[in-house]
Amino acid sequence: MNRQHLNTWLLRHLQVALASLGRLCRAPLATLMTAAVIGIALALPTGMHVALSNVQQLAGGWDGTATLSLFLKQEVDEKQAMQLANRLRAHPQLATVQLIDPDLALEEFQRLSGFEGALQALKKNPLPTVLVIEPHPQQSTPEAAEALLAEFNQLTEVDFTQLDLQWVRRFHAITEIAQRGVMVIGLLLGLAVLLIIGNTIRLEIQNRRSEIEITKLIGGTDAFIRRPFLYNGFWYGLSGGILAWLLVTLSLWALNEPVERLAGLYHSEFDLSAIDGQTLGFLLLGSTLLGLFGSWIAVGRHLSSIEPS
Amino acid sequence: MIHFENVTKRYPGGHEGLSNTSFHITPGEMVFLTGHSGAGKSTLLRLIGLLERCTRGQVRVGGRNLAKIKRSQVPYHRREVGMIFQDHRLLNDRTVFDNVAMPLVVAGLRHQEISRRVHASLDKVGLLNRERVYPITLSGGEQQRVGIARAVVSKPPVVLADEPTGNLDPTLSQEIMDLFSQFNQVGVTLLIATHDLELISNMGKRILTLSHSRLMRDTAASRS
Repeated sequence: MNRQHLNTWLLRHLQVALASLGRLCRAPLATLMTAAVIGIALALPTGMHVALSNVQQLAGGWDGTATLSLFLKQEVDEKQAMQLANRLRAHPQLATVQLIDPDLALEEFQRLSGFEGALQALKKNPLPTVLVIEPHPQQSTPEAAEALLAEFNQLTEVDFTQLDLQWVRRFHAITEIAQRGVMVIGLLLGLAVLLIIGNTIRLEIQNRRSEIEITKLIGGTDAFIRRPFLYNGFWYGLSGGILAWLLVTLSLWALNEPVERLAGLYHSEFDLSAIDGQTLGFLLLGSTLLGLFGSWIAVGRHLSSIEPS
Repeated sequence: MIHFENVTKRYPGGHEGLSNTSFHITPGEMVFLTGHSGAGKSTLLRLIGLLERCTRGQVRVGGRNLAKIKRSQVPYHRREVGMIFQDHRLLNDRTVFDNVAMPLVVAGLRHQEISRRVHASLDKVGLLNRERVYPITLSGGEQQRVGIARAVVSKPPVVLADEPTGNLDPTLSQEIMDLFSQFNQVGVTLLIATHDLELISNMGKRILTLSHSRLMRDTAASRS
C-alpha cells in the first residue's frame, strides 16, 4: 500500500507542478517580467561574488600563503646556494623552496623589462641568488611567517629577507570587507526577492479567489489549495535563478575581451573564470528556496482569510 | 442522518440567523425547507456544510457531532455533503468536465476513475455531450445541472441545495426537481431550500417551514 500511496502522491505532485508551469507559460510576458526582476536582483550579488573570486584568483599565490624571498649574499656561489636550498627543503614548516639562479633571472628580466640594452652594458650580473619559499598553508598566518622570517635572517648565507606581509594583510582585509559587502547585498536582495514573490503570489491568490472558495466548498484541504501556489513560487524562483546565471554569464562574456587585453599588458595569463558549479548550485538552490519560502508566507497569510460564503 | 437539537446561530452584532431549532432527517429522506427570505434557510444549510458553526445546541450529520470536527477536518466533512447553490458557483475558466471533476480531483482519485464517474454524472443530468464546453456558454438551467452533477459526482450521502431553481422558469425548475427525486430514489438524503411553494406542494415530500429564524411547521410527507 505504501508504494502505491507514494506513487499516487508523486504523480499528483508532478501533475500540480506541470499544471502550475503550464499556467505560468500561458501568461509568458507577466511570468517573464517577474522572473526578470528576480533574476536581476539575484544577478547583482552573484556577479559581485564571481568578480571577487576572480580577484582572489588573480592574487593567486599571495592569497592565503605568504611567500618569503631570501636574497643571498653575492659571495655565495651556486653550490652553496644549492646546499642551503636542500637544507631548507628538509625544514618541517616549509612547503616549497625554489632556487632562482641569477643568470636565469637576468635573462628573464632582460626579456620582460625592455631594458635589454642597458642591462647588456653591465659588466657582471648584479642580481643575487634568490630562494623563494612558501610555508605550509597552516604556517601561513602573518605571525608564523614573521617567525620564519626572523629565523632565516640568522642564516649566514642570507643577505636580506623580504616578506610582502603588509600587502598580504591589506589584501586580506580588503577582500574580507568586499566579501562582507557582497553578503550584505545578497541578503538585502534575497529579502527583496522574497517580497517580490510574496506579492506576486498574493495577487495570484486574489485573482483566483473564487476558485479557492469553490475548492474549499467541495472539500479541498488547505494543503491541496496551497500546492499550486507553492509550485508557482518554486518556478518563479528557479526561472529567476536561471536568468541570473544567464545575466552573469553574459556580463562575464562581455568583460572577457577587455580583461584579457589588460592582462596581456601585464604579461599575465589571467583569464576571467565563469560561475563555478558550486556557485551555480547555490544560486539555483537559493533562488528556488526563496521562491518556495516567499509563496509559503503569502499563502499562509492570505489563504486562511478566504472562506466560502 | 441530520440532527438539529436546540440549535441557535447568533451572528456578531446579536442577530440570530437561527433560534432554538430542532428536527431530524432520516437517511434517504427528501426534505424541503421553505420560508420568507431571511427566515434562516441558508443559515441552516450553512451549518450542515460547516460553512458556519452554531452558537448553541448540537448539529449532527451521519452520527458525527459537527462541533467536534476540527478546522483541519472540515474538508473531509464537506466531501460527505454535496452542495448546490442558486448561483451555481462554477468556474468559468474550466470546461464542464473539469468543473464536475473537481470533487474527485480534490479527493485524489485516479484519472480513469475520475473520467468514468464524471461521465456517469454528466449522463445523469443529460449534459454528456457538453463536457468540452465552458459553463458560460450554457443556459441557466444547464449551468445548474452542471452544479448538480458536481455535487453528486463523488456520491455523497447528503446533498444540500440552496434555492436551486431560483433563477429558472417553471418547466426547468420541474426538471431539476425531477432530477433530485431520482437521486433520492437511489438513497441520497436531500435537503432543498426553496421559496417556490407551488413547485413543491404537489411533490408530496416533507416540508420544514422557517419563519423569523424559527422552525414554524414540520409538514410530514403525504406520499413517498
